[in-house]
Amino acid sequence: MANNLKLIKNPLSKENPIAVQVLGICSALAVTTQLKPAVVMALSVTVVVVLSNVIVSLLRNTIPSRIRIIVQLVIVSMMVILVDQFLKAFVYDVSKQLSVFVGLIITNCIVMGRLEAFALANKPLPSLLDGIGNGLGYAVILIIVGFVRELLGQGSLWGYKVIPECFFEAGYVNNGLMTMPAMALILVGVIIWIHRSRNKDLCEK
Amino acid sequence: MRPNFEEGGKFYAFHSLFDAIDTFFLTPEKTTSTGCHIRDAVDNKRTMFTVVIALIPALLFGMYNIGYQHYLVLGEIAQGDYLANFWGNFGYGLLKLLPMIIVSYVVGLGIECVFAQIRKHEVSEGYFVTGMLIPLICPPDVPLWQLALAVAFAVIIGKEVFGGTGYNFLNPALVARAFLFFSYPIQMSGDKVWITGDAITGATPLGEMIAGVSTPSASVLDMIIGFVPGSVGETSVIAIAIGALILLVTGVASWRVMLSVFVGGAAMGLIFNAVGANEYMSMPFYYHFLMGGFMFGAVFMATDPVTAAHTNTGKYIYGFLIGVMAVLIRVVNPAYPEGMMLAILLLNVFAPLIDYYVVDANIRKRAKRAKLVSNK
Repeated sequence: MANNLKLIKNPLSKENPIAVQVLGICSALAVTTQLKPAVVMALSVTVVVVLSNVIVSLLRNTIPSRIRIIVQLVIVSMMVILVDQFLKAFVYDVSKQLSVFVGLIITNCIVMGRLEAFALANKPLPSLLDGIGNGLGYAVILIIVGFVRELLGQGSLWGYKVIPECFFEAGYVNNGLMTMPAMALILVGVIIWIHRSRNKDLCEK
Repeated sequence: MRPNFEEGGKFYAFHSLFDAIDTFFLTPEKTTSTGCHIRDAVDNKRTMFTVVIALIPALLFGMYNIGYQHYLVLGEIAQGDYLANFWGNFGYGLLKLLPMIIVSYVVGLGIECVFAQIRKHEVSEGYFVTGMLIPLICPPDVPLWQLALAVAFAVIIGKEVFGGTGYNFLNPALVARAFLFFSYPIQMSGDKVWITGDAITGATPLGEMIAGVSTPSASVLDMIIGFVPGSVGETSVIAIAIGALILLVTGVASWRVMLSVFVGGAAMGLIFNAVGANEYMSMPFYYHFLMGGFMFGAVFMATDPVTAAHTNTGKYIYGFLIGVMAVLIRVVNPAYPEGMMLAILLLNVFAPLIDYYVVDANIRKRAKRAKLVSNK
């Protein structure tokens, strides 16, 4: 049981897919201008990782290892299409905003990485937990970055104005750099910096 | 007084601050004890101080020009009447510029002190120059809180994360300006920011060229002396030339970089003259040197010893490409009227690569020579 708990806990911090393994950076930069698409994207990736982890884990003894990548890709793209259709049906505006990036979850390194590194060699239940853990680890970073970028870049959160009007009258201005992908990269860098200075054992020698 | 600041003393928490002030005014007692080293009267602090001295003409002129532009637009002095209301101009500029300098130094040195404290090394001198450069490359009307934010960003993200002075690969002052430029475009460009006072518009010569006039409205003489709207320190060619002279005579800045920036700018300008597709392209190439921050960038920014290329051949390539890119960005991309900042930042990134290939080429040349000799 303690081992299973670790599967969820570790990816949140010590083995975080973005901050430590530096995977999935591209989507983290592209979808985090606002909090809402960031959260939706994080949930979509989590669902895809979890489902494909479980399916690959169930099939792990029947997949010939020479064609395993293509089999994994088929499974992942199936899940992504499901998620994409789901988003189009229920949150159409966010789906429009995320545009191509939902489809690009297929190429998200986190998904393939977990399938290769974990699901192919483990039973369904641990694979499920591993998927949840990594999805959430990805989500944590996306939500932090999305939160900061929307707050400072547009003065709003979840689409609602949160910075009071009197600030703007006093001369406050939204930060244009925050709405650019470059700032997302810097923010991810800052998160990695803080994270490493709190966990010294992660620092390279 | 000193024991109070040493380990275990009452004010140990402030030891880096004490150390900084102490070595600033007095010659340090500590000398290098191991290894070979060059004896010279010039240490890092004196070098930095030379640059600050070289900046003073541009700084003083910048102050004067702020006042001049302000009263000119208000109609209190006539165009070309440079010396009328001398003290009025100067005083007004001083009141505008002094808060910017104070904010820049307090915020920047404050952050430097904190990092020095955490990392247990002395406060480094690098910020003396950066802190002076930042107000000089901003429009006079920049809000102080934005300036403070930009300084903090530049010192932390541009410098301290990479290990502090000497380890930064981008010029911190330009990082601050780039931060302001991309974060607050309304406060940093356009034609409302260059002259202080409420909602007074006055386009810089560069801004006018982007707008598509054939020659800037300011005369060449005005642009050389510097009585045009613009960032605080960049307008006067003469003041910057004095600074350049100081830097070159003392050997602080590299003449190779300076020279090749101008050669690069002229080359690109001449190419555009040959193309001549629009008014901006057919503008005489030397106008580029007179307008905007080209001079200032070439003299004070491109020559930063930390971020420039280190090999001599590399310096020529580095400077030449800065000149080319600056003119190219100015003329071709109307969204970025001032190409100098982006050109220098871009080449800062490429400087190590240039050095790598220069060194590599040298090694190969020598290896070939050695082979020839051994074959004989």
